[in-house]
Amino acid sequence: MTGTLLSIKGLTKAYPGVVANDTVSLDIGTGEIHALLGENGAGKSTLVKMIYGLVKPDGGTMQMRGAPFAPPEPRSARAAGVAMVFQHFSLFDALDVSENIALGMENPPPLRDLAARIRTVSEDYGLPLDPYRTVGGLSAGERQRVEIIRCLLQDPKLLIMDEPTSVLTPQEVGILFETLNKLRSEGTSILYISHKLEEIRTLCDTATILRLGKNVGTCDPRETTARQMAEMMVGSELQTPKGTGATPGAAVLDVSGLSLPAPTRFGTALKNVHLRLHMGEVLGIGGVAGNGQDELLAALSGEMRAAPDAIRLKGQDIGHLGPTARRRRGLLAAPEERLGHAAAPDMSLTENALLTGAVREGLTANGFLKWGKARSFAERIIETFDVRTPGPDNAARSLSGGNLQKFVIGREVLQRPEVLVVNQPTWGVDASAAAAIRQALLDLAGNGTAVLVISQDLDELMEVADHFAALNEGRLTDTRRTGDLTIEEIGLMMGGAHDGMGIAHAEA
Amino acid sequence: MDLSSITPALLLASLMVAATPILLAGIGELVVERAGVLNLGVEGMMITGAICGFAVTIETGSPLMGFVAAAAGGAGLALLFGALTQVALANQVASGLALTLFGLGLSSLLGQDYVGLKPVQTPAFKIPLLSDIPFLGRVLFSHDLMVYFGLGLVAAVWALLKYSRAGLILRAVGENHDAAHALGYKVVRIRILAIMFGGACAGLGGAYISLIRVPQWTEGMTSGAGWIALALVVFASWKPGRVLLGAWLFGGVTVLQLNLQAAGLAIPVEYLSMSPYLITILVLVIMSADKSRAPASLGRIFHASG
Amino acid sequence: MLRLEKRPQPSRVFAYLTPVLAVIITMIAGGMLFAALGKNPVEAIRTIFWDPLFGEFAFYYRPQLLVKGGPLILIAIGLSLGFRAGIWNIGAEGQYIVGALCGAAVALAFYPLEAWYIFPLMILAGALGGMLWAMVPALLKVKFGTNEILVSLMLVYVAENLLAAMALGRMKNPEGHGFPGSRNLKDYPSAFNDEIITGSGMHWGVLTAFLAVIFAYVLLNRHMLGFSIRLTGEAPRAARFSGVNPTRIILFCLGISGLMAGLAGMFEVSGPSGQVSIDFNVGYGFTAIIVAFLGRLHPVGILLAGLLMALTYIGGEIAQGNLGLPSAAIQLFQGMLLFFLLAVDLLTNYRIRFVRREAA
Repeated sequence: MTGTLLSIKGLTKAYPGVVANDTVSLDIGTGEIHALLGENGAGKSTLVKMIYGLVKPDGGTMQMRGAPFAPPEPRSARAAGVAMVFQHFSLFDALDVSENIALGMENPPPLRDLAARIRTVSEDYGLPLDPYRTVGGLSAGERQRVEIIRCLLQDPKLLIMDEPTSVLTPQEVGILFETLNKLRSEGTSILYISHKLEEIRTLCDTATILRLGKNVGTCDPRETTARQMAEMMVGSELQTPKGTGATPGAAVLDVSGLSLPAPTRFGTALKNVHLRLHMGEVLGIGGVAGNGQDELLAALSGEMRAAPDAIRLKGQDIGHLGPTARRRRGLLAAPEERLGHAAAPDMSLTENALLTGAVREGLTANGFLKWGKARSFAERIIETFDVRTPGPDNAARSLSGGNLQKFVIGREVLQRPEVLVVNQPTWGVDASAAAAIRQALLDLAGNGTAVLVISQDLDELMEVADHFAALNEGRLTDTRRTGDLTIEEIGLMMGGAHDGMGIAHAEA
Repeated sequence: MDLSSITPALLLASLMVAATPILLAGIGELVVERAGVLNLGVEGMMITGAICGFAVTIETGSPLMGFVAAAAGGAGLALLFGALTQVALANQVASGLALTLFGLGLSSLLGQDYVGLKPVQTPAFKIPLLSDIPFLGRVLFSHDLMVYFGLGLVAAVWALLKYSRAGLILRAVGENHDAAHALGYKVVRIRILAIMFGGACAGLGGAYISLIRVPQWTEGMTSGAGWIALALVVFASWKPGRVLLGAWLFGGVTVLQLNLQAAGLAIPVEYLSMSPYLITILVLVIMSADKSRAPASLGRIFHASG
Repeated sequence: MLRLEKRPQPSRVFAYLTPVLAVIITMIAGGMLFAALGKNPVEAIRTIFWDPLFGEFAFYYRPQLLVKGGPLILIAIGLSLGFRAGIWNIGAEGQYIVGALCGAAVALAFYPLEAWYIFPLMILAGALGGMLWAMVPALLKVKFGTNEILVSLMLVYVAENLLAAMALGRMKNPEGHGFPGSRNLKDYPSAFNDEIITGSGMHWGVLTAFLAVIFAYVLLNRHMLGFSIRLTGEAPRAARFSGVNPTRIILFCLGISGLMAGLAGMFEVSGPSGQVSIDFNVGYGFTAIIVAFLGRLHPVGILLAGLLMALTYIGGEIAQGNLGLPSAAIQLFQGMLLFFLLAVDLLTNYRIRFVRREAA
């Protein structure tokens, strides 16, 4: 390390009703991997956007190698040597790799030269890429490579990475870390945003922890335990959900030979999926994003229809039935995307309660709506699951992510399902809401419901699931007992034989 | 009925002429849609262009000035649409309809004093030597300048979209406006420029109808050409070259049915007049199987948050 | 510097206020337009908005309000259901024409028989005709995913040609001395859509329009189908997840809007218009789009908006006669109204803030 690259002093940014960053100060050294740690909503994204020129600070200053640094737009930030890999990829599906990379550069060379450079640089850093492939057809890991290569081609002084491992298999994470270590040895600084503590402990030199927009401490992650960092991040003692410990009962849901074509051009086809779910069991399904999670949920909820006997509920064929008929029989679901899929953003919570509750809660009579009953159902969800909102007349989009997610999960849990399928139940949710949701799922299983949790968060699955299986390119692995699994085995299950990428390059 | 009056060379030559208005409007709308904006106001912009071009040509005696005015008129109306959808974030479908209704009203108001007049004839431009080639000379090389302008425009749009950086940025904005914004591109500015280009093209297409193809001014004279241009973009799967192909197809149908009318086919005229619209529906049905080529952000509202 | 900020939820106040605001802005802008045309703007606005209701000849114009408002409301109610679900039937003009042709065809087929069942049969035929015409884009959308906007619009031009063919051909009055147009149904009591109360302007079509308002209100606010329609428009994926069958919604919305437009056409041809003629349609199908939006796609709003729009039609005619205001100016005026409405609608979902540009 040879001194400070970027020095941030007293950065402040307020949005209506919330101070996203409150006089945040930190220094990033040259050739340092600096972790930025914090919960959702702690202000990490806002801070990074200010460094990248997407958001203007209300107050405070930044200095780049001693010179004032206040980028009015991303272009100037890039010119100053700042590059960013986004959490939600900023890629264009219909364009090819080289076009995508050209868009992120100020003065790109002609596309043919660029393609050659992409090949060289990507080989050099152990992230091989074909410049002429359409981005929409790439896996999540490959898409991230495109972003990284795009940054590397600009010889950045500071590389910002926002939650880079959330879409990777453990093996892919290994490859990424090698690349980042190589960059560090070449003198590049990296600002590494994550909430995964173990990763930060293996990779980073320094960690700054944000809570509610404030810098609550800087530490050397190698010297600090994960638990200490977690407590700084959350601000209170962590509560881990308690498992049910109950032994699963009779099989209720039987999926056999479920195959469905991809619903959209860039979707995933389900290939011969088999699974069996028992009463009181929590089955966790892991896998990297985009490997068929949405499709599996849609197939189980009834949004996508299958052959009648591909899905059987308590011995009855239900594969051909729609969502309403499945709900009536006790199969409920909660999709990943809260706004627009699980809930209608501009509709009130009462109306959103009606969205799935109509059948089982008896909210209609001869097709006519019982508004009073719907409203009290919504109120019951709000009360039982501690949803923070002025009342059931408020629009779904006025709720914070965690509160809306509690509403969405609560809505299904209160309908006493026989089988509940959830996808990413705690994605983008603050820690206390996440803990509450996990506990609710465990309680539900304790009362005999069969619960299927699809998640990309392995820690979450290990915490709640009795059994584990992984999705890979629309195929589901065999189910294993969670307790018997090692992290390597999980990685292999998630990676599958998937074009050799994970394993082959890990050895390379 | 006398089919011998239909000569292939003349038929093909007038096909090129009949195709030009929808070709111009279609290529303009293609650029707009590639930028991720659905402007259903093409009909309104065409009719506005038709009257602007017509009035200015009458007043100045110069068809060139007329076409310039038509482009300006179309672009001006398009700017209204741009302000509504990009600044006021209004629904694009509703705004496009509003533009059409508004344009129809505006044009008939502006055109009151011009009904029944004859504009200066736009000179045909016979390309030396080439126009003397038998058959082909008449079909391809003996037209007015706007026909060549239209062909040139298609080629230019094709090349720009495929090879230039500006084209790449335009496609990127249409594909994923959030990502384009994150990379620092000015989504709203780029879209408004594209919308105005589309308006100018539609205006030129409209003026071509009132100045060359008909040539005179009557209310509502574009009679659905703007909507056919919209269908053309779907037909073309958002590819410039196929806009040309589609325009010729529609031009061919139009010319053929007009010729059949003239030849006195034993079908009432009205049924023949329906045919371009019915063909459009048929083509839409055939093409709608492949939705995948549509720009992914088409019609979605963009609001940069934070 | 102005900045837009999304409201956490749509403002109720502005939802009611924006149509009023749009009307006021349109009046101001319209006044400027009339001034530019060399008319006294205050007089022109008064002629359009005041005179038909309270002027010297108001006794004549007031019934016209219902005659012109009826079809606008009936069509707009049908369209609003589709618009709510994100299904854009903009070919109501065509469905209106076909409904009128079917209704007239029944009447002309029975002529000169007098029987009680002729008028009900005409209603049935008009409704079915409009519905079937709208089922074309509906079925194409369901089967092939074809864009309903373009198909329904293309069918307007087809219907207009069909109308011309009928007026000049099969439906031409054999006793009409060669003039285009059918027999006048006003002279055929069994087929005539007479006023229910003489001198009120209230004919069966107006009554149907009022019933449609009630029907739409109950559907949207009290029935699961209406909830499904709204849900489909708000969040299509959530609707699918909820168990809504998109195919059924498309067929229902397009079918019912076609049915209502067809009814409007049938009541018009058998009543105020009286005959099938080349220029029978006057653009109600398109103006109804403005009415639907001006009424914020709400049944009661549409009722009021339809009456207001009818007022501009009548006032426009008066201004044309008294002030020499061109009829196109009224068309432009109506277009402007929709423009301003869409622009101020921003205030419902966004808040405008003044932000001082900080030294960056």
